Amino acid sequence: MAGPVESYSLVDQLPALQVVVPLVAAPVTILMPKGRVPWAWASLVAAATFAISLALLHQVAAYGPISYELGGWAPPWGIEYRVDLANALVLTLVSGVAAFVFPYSYRSVISEIDENQLPLFYAALLICMTGLLGVAITGDAFNVFVFLEISSLSTYALVAMGGRHDRRALHSAYNYLVMGTIGATFFVIGVGLLYAATGTLNMADMHDKLAGMETRVVEAGFAFIVVGIGLKLAMFPLHLWLPNAYAHAPSAVSAFIAATSTKVAVYVIVRFLFTVFYTDSSFEQAALSYVILPLGVVGMFAASLVAVFQSDVKRMLAYSSVAQIGYMLLGIGLGSVDGVSAALVHLVNHALMKAALFMAVGAVMLRLGSRHCDAFAGLAKRMPWTAAAFIISGLSLIGVPATVGFISKWQLLKASFGGDAAWAGFLIVASSLLAVIYIGRIIELMVLREPPTEGPHAKPVAEAPLEMLLPMWALVAANVYFGLNTELTASLAMRAAEALFGVGGGQ
Amino acid sequence: MSPELALPAAFLVPLMGLFGIWAGAKVSDNVREAATLITGGSLFLIVLGLFTAVGAGARPEWEAFEVIEGLPLAFRIEPLGALFALIASGLWIVNSLYSIGYMRGNEEKHQTRFYMSFAVAIASAIGVAYSANLLTLFIFYEILTLSTFPLVTHKGDDKARNGGRIYLGVLMGTSIGLLLPAIVWTYAVAGTTDFTLGGILAGKVDEAGPVLPLLLALYAFGIGKAALMPAHPWLPNAMVAPTPVSAFLHAVAVVKAGVFSVLKIVVYIFGIDLLAETGASDLLAWIAGGSILLASAIAMTQDNLKARLAYSTVSQLAYVTLGAMLATQMGVMGGAQQIAMHALGKMTLFMCAGAVYTAAHKSNISEMAGLGRVMPVTFGLFFIGACSIIGLPPLGGAWPKFFLMLGSADAGQTALIFILMISSVLNVIYLLPIPIRAFYMAPDGRDGANETGEGRALIQWHAMKEAPLFCILPPTLTAAGCLVLFFYGGALYDFLLPIIGGA
Repeated sequence: MAGPVESYSLVDQLPALQVVVPLVAAPVTILMPKGRVPWAWASLVAAATFAISLALLHQVAAYGPISYELGGWAPPWGIEYRVDLANALVLTLVSGVAAFVFPYSYRSVISEIDENQLPLFYAALLICMTGLLGVAITGDAFNVFVFLEISSLSTYALVAMGGRHDRRALHSAYNYLVMGTIGATFFVIGVGLLYAATGTLNMADMHDKLAGMETRVVEAGFAFIVVGIGLKLAMFPLHLWLPNAYAHAPSAVSAFIAATSTKVAVYVIVRFLFTVFYTDSSFEQAALSYVILPLGVVGMFAASLVAVFQSDVKRMLAYSSVAQIGYMLLGIGLGSVDGVSAALVHLVNHALMKAALFMAVGAVMLRLGSRHCDAFAGLAKRMPWTAAAFIISGLSLIGVPATVGFISKWQLLKASFGGDAAWAGFLIVASSLLAVIYIGRIIELMVLREPPTEGPHAKPVAEAPLEMLLPMWALVAANVYFGLNTELTASLAMRAAEALFGVGGGQ
Repeated sequence: MSPELALPAAFLVPLMGLFGIWAGAKVSDNVREAATLITGGSLFLIVLGLFTAVGAGARPEWEAFEVIEGLPLAFRIEPLGALFALIASGLWIVNSLYSIGYMRGNEEKHQTRFYMSFAVAIASAIGVAYSANLLTLFIFYEILTLSTFPLVTHKGDDKARNGGRIYLGVLMGTSIGLLLPAIVWTYAVAGTTDFTLGGILAGKVDEAGPVLPLLLALYAFGIGKAALMPAHPWLPNAMVAPTPVSAFLHAVAVVKAGVFSVLKIVVYIFGIDLLAETGASDLLAWIAGGSILLASAIAMTQDNLKARLAYSTVSQLAYVTLGAMLATQMGVMGGAQQIAMHALGKMTLFMCAGAVYTAAHKSNISEMAGLGRVMPVTFGLFFIGACSIIGLPPLGGAWPKFFLMLGSADAGQTALIFILMISSVLNVIYLLPIPIRAFYMAPDGRDGANETGEGRALIQWHAMKEAPLFCILPPTLTAAGCLVLFFYGGALYDFLLPIIGGA
């Protein structure tokens, strides 16, 4: 599609629509009355966005990468949206999770935030999604920064809205704001340095110009970008903002951002490491082996260990997320096609399990008003469907066969053993055993304890409403389905990784 | 039914049984139990059909679907798996009959959940038996662990919770921590995980290096269900479960799935020739030998009957591991036969222990003095089962010991023959006193057993206090099986011959 827009067919405009639809829909939401209208609108928009992503994914899988010139300005001067398998997968993930979490959210949200903020809440949610989609779709380094900030700013607001229920949300949002801003600043400094070195902001163009360039400026730019994105993706030990933000945000927000925002940041680091910079450059090799890989491993263990001792289930899941990010970093750090493919698979799979888990906790919040593990005692008797959803997605997190978690573990192990890094394979399974402990603890509470007969959780409790159960179970079903049929996840991720490395010639 | 159709049916039937049990429970308990028994009966017929087909030389296959590229969920029946499936499904019927008597006799709760878990567990045991590659085996292995967890924690009290925690902790810990990396490592090295006669690793790994013994050790300990010391604690701790569950764990499915997997992996992944040439399994053969003696020694110290039987199982399972690690044809033959023979013998013992508990509410051996006089059938059956475990002819248990000794001799490990002999003596010491006390020692005078007066009669016919028929009939069947199998040892040998490369 060179030059000005030649075709006005809607299909050709899909890359732009992917971002424009939610972007335009968001301000409209503010004008809506409180009640169910904003919720229905946001859900509808999420579903439409999901449909666009699926169409894009199909197109890319069948016909190869798509390049879209925004406003008809040719790259490298204009902004290019570039969709290949790697980001088509991320786009589908973000919009897919939104398409299930948004419909789920209503009952949970009105019980946790100020009712008057409802239109604002859904507007922020849509903007957050827009930002995340934008980061994934753009082929322009500075544009990544812009969308990153769009999603982050709206997330700060969304986390802070949990403040009505729990004042600590304000403090968490503020922390997140400070850390997130530092991360964004580092990132933009890095992009600036690269711009100084190459004179371009288009990622593909930057890649060409960076060939053979190993100057101080490039190295500094690289370092700033890795640290900046490291903050955004909660790379240990830059994760300190995450547990509190996830724990105190409204439940629906936790489910959405836990499944998407760190994943998008992981995608960004993959994109920069493997398609902007050269994998064989000495500074990148050093970063992979001495920074990303070790920090991933330490994160896997440190965060899992902390998770074992949490009594707040949402905080426990948040620490687990940090650990799971460690797995992805480990896959990336291996620096092989298999490793990156495993990281991408885990990126998708982990989103599926964490979204389902946070949704289950949200249902418990709604009915019992607490996310403390005491509230989970005897849950299998009080809220059997919610408990079953938590158990299945929890088993998925552990990596039990016939769930997506198992596929992730399998691919990660394959990358480790196949890449002469058997030690990494054993570390992966060892840290999975910590997941057995922290998830097993909650499952045991739910299944083998009687519901409390006194204390704040003793009141009779009904099962979560159907409108929450259905989306939750759709994700649980996805956990099992993609655990048995990996054509859409593992196979596409492998092709995506090959494309990133230029092995399959997909770039 | 043709073998190709029967293979998927072997999974479909327990699945339908699952719904039958659930739906039947809404009507009445009798309908629910009927659903269990009908499922068990039809499953047994299907598995028997497959068994005979395999005996005639067929190797039925079924590829369900591809999980990861190049790795399908696939099944292929070979003699070892056909035998294990036959034992599991046959004993499931016996166990179900027994469960009905036991669970009703002891008025246990949550019986529907109990029978449903059994149906899932048996389906996964069949899945392990028929698996065509390591991925399929692993998937069903883990489902078996999870589906038996509600059974182990059935009572729901603190003890059951603790037992369940250890059960799940050890089994999941070993399988995820050791078995899974072993499988993926195998896949990374060999490029396949298909069970192939002669193994898939020959020529793929540095045969002198440490990889082969390390990999073998990962499998041997990673298959926690085989309870090779020190991966055994889950087994004694799982005794908190109702007796039918113990029988199921010890004889029908769980531990048998473990040792079966060890044997299958040694035969079809490593290949006994590769192990014999490289000597990679020598150390593990000694560990298995150590496990045999140590577990027997611990068994002697246990007063709780079920605990004693549990340690006896740990010891007897190590026989199978030993047979595999000897890496000789006769060793493998002995291990394979031990799976069948031990299943029948230990099933009998556990069901007798449960019958004693149901009728007399006794679980400690020291309290059982004189009890045989009022429960002669139960203790008579116990005696037969014990003799089979010890390995006395004319009971089936004699054959595996015989082949294992032959295998040790073939491997040039004379010392292991002595270990086997010592172990048999230990078996006599910890098993036979139980029926002897029950028949010949006078009751201690504080409880019901002597209220019948006439302390001198060996059997007090007028004061019989046997367990209900449902608790007596099943061990009678398995005890008879022990006897019958002694005379069919040759047929079993011929059936298993293909796995050791014979005609």
